[in-house]
Amino acid sequence: MSGSLGRASAALLHLGRGVLLRGPALRTRSSGPGGSGLASREHLDALVKKDKVVVFLKGTPQQPQCGFSNAVVQILRLHGVTSYAAYDVLEDPDLRQGIKDYSNWPTIPQVYLNGEFVGGCDILLQMHQNGDLVEELKKLGIRSALLDANTDQDSK
Amino acid sequence: VGSAIRAKLEQALSPQVLELRNESSGHAVPPGSETHFRVAVVSSRFEGLNPLQRHRLVHAALAEELAGPVHALAIQARTPAQWRDNPNLDIMVTRYRRPCQVNKHLLSA
Repeated sequence: MSGSLGRASAALLHLGRGVLLRGPALRTRSSGPGGSGLASREHLDALVKKDKVVVFLKGTPQQPQCGFSNAVVQILRLHGVTSYAAYDVLEDPDLRQGIKDYSNWPTIPQVYLNGEFVGGCDILLQMHQNGDLVEELKKLGIRSALLDANTDQDSK
Repeated sequence: VGSAIRAKLEQALSPQVLELRNESSGHAVPPGSETHFRVAVVSSRFEGLNPLQRHRLVHAALAEELAGPVHALAIQARTPAQWRDNPNLDIMVTRYRRPCQVNKHLLSA
């Protein structure tokens, strides 16, 4: 699945705005214009499970708007993970609050592998440093590019 | 804000080591801001917990701050044994020139 597919599906979900909206429970702290089906638990659940690697960022992979989001993008890039779904929470205040409620995690970025919440920037960095990320990617059928760059692997 | 973070972590986790750094000045926020923090905690409470669970303990202790003034919190959570193996704190530079919209969204972290 390509990154552009991920973005396309994000756009599709935008079209479906409001359809799955179940109630205000998840949106108590945000009152985004028009409300958003993206904030419902069901919708977020589908969203994080739709792609093997899903990230919620401030900004886009091409143009992260925060150092922590940038770090997540750079770590994935180091591992040669190019096809992942990225959602920009700055585009949608409901999504921004909704995903925090969904994962019970107070900050952005957030990383999901195979539909499971992995953590934020610190944890991804830690997994990168201790080799866990390579293993987790392998479980998803993704071969980390670092395995091929064995000469100067992870000189950080 | 910084002192509240320190006090709450002391109380919740009885840490052996607690280092708190205000990194707000590296971000596009007004001088003197207390919005971006990095914390390193060494505590036996982390024994047997995975990174996600450790971070959640820290988040829980600082729920109030994270819901309010604190916009970003980088966390290193280690057990005393891990600290003995590697008594260094990472200082990952997250300084970033782009404004991270903290002004606009200050209250929604």
